[in-house]
Amino acid sequence: MTTAVSVEAEVLSALATVHDPELDQPVTELGFVRSVTIDDAGVEVHLRLPTSFCAPNFAFLMVSDAYDALSVVPSLGRIRVLLDDHHDSDKINGGLAAGAGYTGTFGVEAEESLDELRGTFQRKAHFAAMERCCRSVLAGGAWSLEELPLLELFDLPEGPLKSALLRRREAIGLPTGSHARVLVDHDGNPIAKSDVTLWLRLAAATRVSIEGNAHFCRGLLATRYEGTDPAVPVVTNTRSHS
Amino acid sequence: MYEKDGEQYFIVDAHIALWDARAENQLNVHGKQFIDCFYDYHRNLSPESEVWPYEDYLYQGGDRLMKDLFDDGYVDHAIFQPARLGEFYRNGFGQTEEALALTSKYPEKLTYNHNWDPRFEQAGLDQLRRDAERMNLKGVKLYTAEWHGDSRGYKLDDPWTRRYLEECLTLGIKNIHVHKGPTIRPLDRDAFDVADVDKVATDYTELNFIVEHVGLPRLEDFCWIATQEPNVYGGLAVAMPFIHTRPKYFAQIIGELLYWIGEDRILFSSDYALWTPKWLIERFVDFEIPADLPEYPALTTEQKKKILGLNAAALYGLDVPRQLRLPAPAGAR
Repeated sequence: MTTAVSVEAEVLSALATVHDPELDQPVTELGFVRSVTIDDAGVEVHLRLPTSFCAPNFAFLMVSDAYDALSVVPSLGRIRVLLDDHHDSDKINGGLAAGAGYTGTFGVEAEESLDELRGTFQRKAHFAAMERCCRSVLAGGAWSLEELPLLELFDLPEGPLKSALLRRREAIGLPTGSHARVLVDHDGNPIAKSDVTLWLRLAAATRVSIEGNAHFCRGLLATRYEGTDPAVPVVTNTRSHS
Repeated sequence: MYEKDGEQYFIVDAHIALWDARAENQLNVHGKQFIDCFYDYHRNLSPESEVWPYEDYLYQGGDRLMKDLFDDGYVDHAIFQPARLGEFYRNGFGQTEEALALTSKYPEKLTYNHNWDPRFEQAGLDQLRRDAERMNLKGVKLYTAEWHGDSRGYKLDDPWTRRYLEECLTLGIKNIHVHKGPTIRPLDRDAFDVADVDKVATDYTELNFIVEHVGLPRLEDFCWIATQEPNVYGGLAVAMPFIHTRPKYFAQIIGELLYWIGEDRILFSSDYALWTPKWLIERFVDFEIPADLPEYPALTTEQKKKILGLNAAALYGLDVPRQLRLPAPAGAR
C-alpha cells in the first residue's frame, strides 16, 4: 500500500521552501502565493507582492526560486510561475519563460548575479536569529553579558529559536556542531568580550528592521488584496489522473 | 504650535508635498500604480477616522494643504520635499509652480525645497543654478530610484552626483534630503543600502544629509552609518504612522534611533498628503515606550520637543519664539 500525497500538497510544500530573502519568511506564510492551478498539462502558480513597486531584484529571486522548487517535484508536467501586478511583471515573467536568467531578464540593469544580494540578506537573517537566542539566554538569567562570548550551540535549549539559528548558520556556511560558539561575526569569528554590547545592539537593530518590514509588508498585502484571505492561495486541480 | 499638559511644542513638518496624481496627469500605468501604492500605505496605516476617499487623495490643492497643516494640524512651519517622477506624470508628481506660489504667499510658514537629477548632467547643473536663485533654495530632495530613460536609479557617489553636491555647497544649499528606493543599477545589490550616503557624508562634511524614512527598510544600516557621520540625520516620514497601527514597532524604531544617533538628529514629518499631521502630533506627544520593552529608556518631553520641531528649525535657521525654545543649559550664556 502506498501513502498518497496529493499533488496539491506537494506543490504547496515545495513553495513553502521559498523564502522572501528580505523578510526571511516563506512566501506561503506571507500570502505571496495567489493561486495554484493544476491540470493535465502541468502546474501554473501566480505570485503577488504587497506593492507594484516592491524591489524587482527580490521579486525575481522569489519567482525563480519558486520555479526551481517546483522543478524537483516529480511528474508535475509543465511548470509556469507568474508574477502578478508588478511594474516589472512582463519583464520577469517573460525572462523566466524564456529561461533567460537574471542577466537576460534585466539586460543593462544586471551585471553579474544576485548571489551577493542573497548572501547579504542571509547574513542579516543569521544576525537576527543569533540575537533572539542570546536575548532569550540572557533573560533566563543563567548567562551574563560578560560570559556570552563563551556560549556554545550546545548550551542553547532545543526549540524553534535554536533550530532557526542552525538553519541560518547552515545557509551562510557557519559550523553547526554543538561546540561552535553562538555569538560570532558574519565569518564565524567569536566576538571579543569588549564588543559584546555593541554587537548585540547592532543585531537587535537588524532584528527590529526585519520584523518591522515583515509586519508592514503583510499589512500592505492585506490592504492591497482586501477581501481575499491572504494566507490561503486559491488551489484548483482539474487533473484527470492522480 | 501644539500645547498639552502645560507644555508647548514648536512644530516643523519636515517633509510635505503638493502632488497631482489625477488621471489627466498620469503618463502611463506606473502613474496609477504609484499613487495606488501611496493610497494603500495611507489606508493601511491610518486610524479609520483619518482615511480619505481615493478622489481626495489624488490631489489636494493649496487651500486644503494650508488647512490640514496650519489650521487643523498645529504646524508652525513646513518644508516641501517634492518628487519629480517625470516618467510617470505629465507635469511631474510634485507641483513646482503651485508650491512655489504658496511659499511666496506664506514665507513664514513654508520652505520650498526642489529636486535635481544627476543624469541630466551639465544641463541639469545649469538648471540647478537658475533654480537655486529663483526658488531661494536651502535644501533639495533626492529620490534615488527616479526612472530616467532606461535607468531606474542612481547613487549619491556617482561622479555626476558629486558635481551636483559640490554645486550645492557653492550655492549654499546645505540640506540634502535623501529618499532611497528599490531600483538602482546594477540590480545585483540592495538598492536600499545607505553605503553611498556614508561616502558622501564623509566627503562633504558641510552638507547635512537627511535620510528620509530613517533608512527604512534598512534601519540597521542607517543607524550604523549615522553614528559615524555627525552630518547624517533621520527623517521620520512613513515611520510616524506606525505609532497607531504598530506602536511597539514605532517604539523600537524611536528607541534604536535615540540609542544610535541621539535626540538632536531626528526630524518629525507627516509626509503630507500621505498622512495628516494633526493625529500624528497628538499621538507622539502622548507616546510612551511600552513596559514590555525595558531595553529602551523613557521618552522625555525635551526629546519630543526637539524631534517635533526644534531640530529641523536649527537645520533651516527658523526663528523659534522664545517661549517655545528649550531653556538654555545651566552655565550657558
